[in-house]
Amino acid sequence: MLRGHSATSRVITYAEALREAIEQEMERDPAVVVFGLDVDDHLGILGSTRGLLQRFGAERVFTTPLSEDSMTGVAIGAAMAGMRPIHVHIRMDFLMLAMNQLINIAAKTHYMYGGAYKVPLVVRCIIGKSWGQGAQHSQGLHAMFMHVPGLTVAAPSNAHDAKGCMIAAVRDDNPVIFVEHRLLYSTEAIVPEGSFVAEIGKGRLVAPGDDITLVGISSMVIECLRARELLAEIGISAAVVDPIWLTPLDMETINASANHTGRVLVVDNAWTSCGASAEIVARLAEGEKPLRLARIGFAPTTCPTTPWLEEHFYPNPATIAAKASSMVTGGKWMPDRERARMVHQMSFRGPF
Amino acid sequence: MSSDNSIENAHIERLFKTLLLIRRTEERVAAVYPTDCIKSPVHLSIGQEAVAVGVCDVLQPADIVAMSYRGHAAYIAKGGDLRQMIAELYGKVTGCARGKGGSMHLVAPDAGVLGASAVVGTQIPVATGWALAAKRSASGQIVACFFGDGATEEGCLSESLNFAALHRLPILYICENNGYAIHEPLSKRWATTRLCERVATYGITTCRIEDQDVLAIREAALSAVQAIREGAGPRFIECLTYRWRGHVGPREDYDSGYRGLDELRPWQESDQVERLAGMLPLESLHRISKEVAAQIDDAFEFAEASSPPDEAELLRHIYASRA
Repeated sequence: MLRGHSATSRVITYAEALREAIEQEMERDPAVVVFGLDVDDHLGILGSTRGLLQRFGAERVFTTPLSEDSMTGVAIGAAMAGMRPIHVHIRMDFLMLAMNQLINIAAKTHYMYGGAYKVPLVVRCIIGKSWGQGAQHSQGLHAMFMHVPGLTVAAPSNAHDAKGCMIAAVRDDNPVIFVEHRLLYSTEAIVPEGSFVAEIGKGRLVAPGDDITLVGISSMVIECLRARELLAEIGISAAVVDPIWLTPLDMETINASANHTGRVLVVDNAWTSCGASAEIVARLAEGEKPLRLARIGFAPTTCPTTPWLEEHFYPNPATIAAKASSMVTGGKWMPDRERARMVHQMSFRGPF
Repeated sequence: MSSDNSIENAHIERLFKTLLLIRRTEERVAAVYPTDCIKSPVHLSIGQEAVAVGVCDVLQPADIVAMSYRGHAAYIAKGGDLRQMIAELYGKVTGCARGKGGSMHLVAPDAGVLGASAVVGTQIPVATGWALAAKRSASGQIVACFFGDGATEEGCLSESLNFAALHRLPILYICENNGYAIHEPLSKRWATTRLCERVATYGITTCRIEDQDVLAIREAALSAVQAIREGAGPRFIECLTYRWRGHVGPREDYDSGYRGLDELRPWQESDQVERLAGMLPLESLHRISKEVAAQIDDAFEFAEASSPPDEAELLRHIYASRA
C-alpha cells in the first residue's frame, strides 16, 4: 500500500529511514545542519543521526548545551540567515522548554515581518512509550502545535513516510514540527533508496473498508491496522486512514472514507481533550453528511510508570476494535487482549 | 575629552544627524499619536538614542542588528527606511512589514535589520543564530543585538551568552540599561548591579559606559567590533541610559509616582543631541535640522498617502509559499 516502490527499494527501519533522509539532504544541500543534545554521540539519537558527524563534520553536526529555549532561537535565526537546521529533541516533552521560540517567533516570523523572512526549520521530537517512560517522557503534544498558524506538523507512522516526510520538511521554507514515535523506531517498511518527498498535507487510505473508518495518528496507525484484522474476524470491514501530516490536515482523504463508511473513530497517540482527534471529529461534524463519530486516546490522566497501570493508559488494538464494533453493531464485544499485543511493542525493553 | 579631538567634524555631523533624526521622528510620533493615525503601541527611545547611534555607526551595511520592541532608534541608526517605518506605524501596506508588525516588529532586511521582538529577550537567541550562520558562511558579517536591562533577567540571555562564547560567534551584545522594566526599578529586580561581572564569567570581554557619551559608546563598539571581526568571539557592552517618556505611549509619566523629575534631570543635562549640537558650527546645525525635518515630513506624508492593506492580506504570509 505504500507508494514510491521501485527496483531500488528495500526494507529498512524507521530509524534508518530518518538517518538516510537526513544524510541525503545534507549531501544535496550544504545549508542543512543537524544539532541538538546527543546528535553526535555514539548512540546518535537511537541511530537516526549515527554517522552524520563522521561524514559531514562538527560544523554541520553538533551537540548543544541544555538550553532548549535559546537553541530553538538559534535555529530560527540561523534559518532566517539561510541555513536549514534540523533541531533534534529526543523526547517531545522537552519541547515545552522551547515553546516561546516556537510559538512566538518561529510560527510568527514570516507573517509579522510581512513575508520579509522565511524560517526553513525542522524540529524533530520523539514521543516515548512503555518501559516506564512515565509522566515526562511519554507525552504526545502535537495538538499544541496544530493550534498555531504558521507551523506545519508531520507525524509519520512508518519508515517509508518517515523518509519522505523528512525530506519534504527539510526542503520546506516553513518551520515543521516533526513528530516521531519511539516504538516505531524498530519497525520496518519498504523504502526507496533514492530521494523522494511525501507531499505536505497529503494523507493516505492505508487499508480500505466499508463499515467504519479508523483514523490513526502516528503509532496508532499500526494499532488500527491490527484492530482492523480483529474486526474482520467478526465480519466488520474497517478502513484505516493515516493523515501523515497533522497540519495541513488532509480532510479530503478522511472525508472520502468517512462518506463511504458513515462512521469514523479517530485514534490518537495523545489526550483527546482539545486534541488532534477533537479537531478531526469537529471538522467531520461540520461537513454536510451526518456521521457517527467518536475518538479515543490517552486516558485523561498523567501517564503512570508502572506497567500494570500504563497498559490501561493507552488505546490498543483490542480497545480500538471494541469501540469500533460498538459503533457499528451497537453491541458489546472485546477481543482477547493477548491477541491485541504487538511484536514491536513486546520486544521493546528500554531503557529509553 | 581626548576622543572628541580624534573625530572629525564630518563625523560629528553624521552622528548628530542620526541622533536628531531619531529624536525628531519620535517627537513627531508622540505629537501625532493622540490623533490615532498611528495604529500600534509605541515604545519611544527618546533619551536613549546615543546607544543605538554610537554602536550602529561602526557597523558595515551588511552587518545585522536585532532589537526589542523599543526599536525605533536601532532601526533608524542602522539605515532602515523612514518612510516604511512610519507607514508601518500607520498600518499601511507600504510599511516595512506590510502593516502586520507595527512599531514593535520593525524589520529591514536590505539594511540589515533582522527584526524586533515584543517578548522581552526573545530576539537574543535569534540574533545569536544569525551569528552562527554568519560564522559558518564566513561572510564576515557581524551581528549587534540590543536589549534592555529586563532582558538580562530572562534565561535566554545566559543561554545565548554561553553558546556564543562556546562557539566564538561574531556577535556584539548591547544592554541598554535604562533602569526600569516597565515601572519596576533595578533595585526590585537585581540582587547586584554587577551585570558585566556576570557576563564575564562566560569568558566574554565586557565594557560598561555609565554616562551615555555617544563618542565613548562608539569607541567601545569600535574596539569590540574590531575584535569580533578578528575572530575573538562575542563582546558585551552595558550602557546606562534613561527613558524620558513612559514605558509605552507618547507621554511623560513623572506624575505617576514611580519616578520623579529629579531622576531625569542629570540625564537631560548630559543629553547627547544637545551636546553634539554644541560641537557643530551654527551653519551645519541649521542645514542638518532642515534636512531632518524634510525627511520626517516626507515620511509622514508617504504614510498618510499610502493605502491600507486589502482584506486578502489577512491570510497572506501565514506560510512561505510552497512549490
